[in-house]
Amino acid sequence: MTSNSRRSVLKGAAAIAGASALGLPMIARAQSDKIKIGHLTPLTGFLGALGEYAVMGLRIAEEEINKAGGIMGRQLEVMSEDSVNPATAATKAQRMLERDGAVVLMGEISSASALTISQVAARNSRLFMSIGARSDVLRGKNCNKYTFHVDIPNTVMVNAVGKALLRDNLVRGKKFFSLTADYVFGHDLLRAAKAFFAANQGNLIGDELVATDVTDFSPYLVKVRQANPDVVCSNLAGNQVTNLIKQYAEFGLPYPIVGFNLNTADAWAAGEGNLSGTWPTVWHHDIDTPGSKAFVSTFTKKHGKPPENHAWIEYVSLKMMAQAMSETRSTDSATLIAHFEKQAEFDILKARKGWFRAWDHQLMQEAYPFSVKPRGQARDKWDFLALGAAVPGAGESLEILAPTREQNPCTM
Amino acid sequence: MFLLEQVVNGLVLGGYYLLIALGLSLIFSVGGVVNLAHGAFYALGAYASVEIAKHLGFGSAVILSPVAVAMLGILFERFILRRFYTADPILSLLVTFGLAMVAEQSIRVIWGAAPLSASMPDALRGPVILGNFLFSRYRLTLLAIVAVVLLGVWLLLHKTSFGRVVRAGIQRPDMVAALGIRLQPYMTTIVMLGVGMAALGGALFAPITGVHPAMGAEIITVAFVVVVIGGLGSFWGVVLAALLVGVVRGVTIHYVAAAGEASIYILMFLVLLFRPRGLLGERIEKFE
Repeated sequence: MTSNSRRSVLKGAAAIAGASALGLPMIARAQSDKIKIGHLTPLTGFLGALGEYAVMGLRIAEEEINKAGGIMGRQLEVMSEDSVNPATAATKAQRMLERDGAVVLMGEISSASALTISQVAARNSRLFMSIGARSDVLRGKNCNKYTFHVDIPNTVMVNAVGKALLRDNLVRGKKFFSLTADYVFGHDLLRAAKAFFAANQGNLIGDELVATDVTDFSPYLVKVRQANPDVVCSNLAGNQVTNLIKQYAEFGLPYPIVGFNLNTADAWAAGEGNLSGTWPTVWHHDIDTPGSKAFVSTFTKKHGKPPENHAWIEYVSLKMMAQAMSETRSTDSATLIAHFEKQAEFDILKARKGWFRAWDHQLMQEAYPFSVKPRGQARDKWDFLALGAAVPGAGESLEILAPTREQNPCTM
Repeated sequence: MFLLEQVVNGLVLGGYYLLIALGLSLIFSVGGVVNLAHGAFYALGAYASVEIAKHLGFGSAVILSPVAVAMLGILFERFILRRFYTADPILSLLVTFGLAMVAEQSIRVIWGAAPLSASMPDALRGPVILGNFLFSRYRLTLLAIVAVVLLGVWLLLHKTSFGRVVRAGIQRPDMVAALGIRLQPYMTTIVMLGVGMAALGGALFAPITGVHPAMGAEIITVAFVVVVIGGLGSFWGVVLAALLVGVVRGVTIHYVAAAGEASIYILMFLVLLFRPRGLLGERIEKFE
């Protein structure tokens, strides 16, 4: 036997081995009785830290659902992967539906990736629950029948902080200078901020776009000082906010800083003594409801630290999905969409229940402004944020902060 | 006036790039290896400093963390890098790139993906206004440390017999060998030094940027650009390039903020177009 033919024999053997490794589990999988959900979230890059919390929260919900007997007696299996970037996210989403047997898609934090996944969902007529993406355009111009949005949209974040700023007389006639993340989310947030300033006689005197991989903010801070504003305003995302806050404290600029987006993990990373100002959040571990307390306790026991808002939102999202499947006794996307569109109410561990608004698929829920506790009052390194009262207030409609039909160009 | 302030700020920033790029350049010049794992040592320096600062305070962390990482650098040179000095460059690129990924994932496994918080001593916090220019007190301190390190490295390379051998080794390794001098112990020291400087950069920058797993990947690109612009084998080339990159970025942000990060690559492109060996790069036979 010549070495050449031996090589081809080996190649053939390898090919067969490879094919069986790939092929057999697929057949086995197709026969399994589990309900499979495809989940994508950024685990690397500037949103990676948030994605890690997201998966932690998701897994706790999955365990609890399965321990309680699953859905219609079937166990739940959530396949979770790093979405990496918008293009990869779309490819993975398509593969999860086509090959891995996912019945619905969930996840995301990046608005750019959520957009591409929502297009995949629409093409395949499958439900996508977009959990942590906040751009208005996702539930506005780019909305579709198959996508539901759990996190609060940018307009709500701006209005939640805006209410606190109006109360403190920090808007009317004041000069604002903003720093904006240079991708769809930041642009969208800036648009919402501009609308707020225009409506309340705030004066935006400068705005700088900041690439998502910027770590050194010193040239921007020099520009801020040269512009001499009354208030500095952050429309940044992920790691960017942490770096800005740290360097803002480092340079000791005298202007108050406010921001329309800050996740608790990024605030924790900035650390006590660096953070100041008023910021919005969708949830915080100090929220005083039995549901939130139980979740915080389970999470802390498991991971040795309190959950972040993305851990909470993934937890309640999977619970909502499971509840919808149980109540409709179906995993069919059309049935589930109809159920959510009936504005069914869900316990989201807050004082008030949440429901998806039928015409733009946005979850209606409370939001909260937060600021920073005076130094020395924090019990531990996760405790330096002072949570404000829920907005809208107890007597108000949940819809007052959300974009109205006139403002939101969503048509399905 | 406003522009001048950006130039001055850029010079300060350049000092920090220098800390990372100088080691990268030295390892490249002497060993002929592009150490893509250099950023990993920067990240390790930052993580180690956070751990040490918890027990011994910030000052000790800034000294001990680079020393610890430099020790790691000895192992890195002795067991990995050494095998690739004479090999095809693609092999060393692959192995150091792989190492960088292994290091990043290891950090993620040990410390988690969530960024750690590191704080600076209160005494170093706050602004310094000099002639109406804004400086951060912390960065001025950082710049002073960089200047001391730089002076030390320059003296080591130009005023000691160690430095003479290293410089000769860059130009004519065969001749050095013919004179009966083994370059390997020198290379170990160079890697230790370079890696230690990267770790010092990590420790110093931990309080002002996020300490997170991908921080090494973020810095390696800029450091590499600085090395390419400065040119191989030239101490002052790296210094000049680091300052230039800091200034160009600052000035670009002054005019078109969104193009700030792109500007340094455009600068590299232009330099390579007109001076393929970099600004002050020497003609080195083994790389021609």
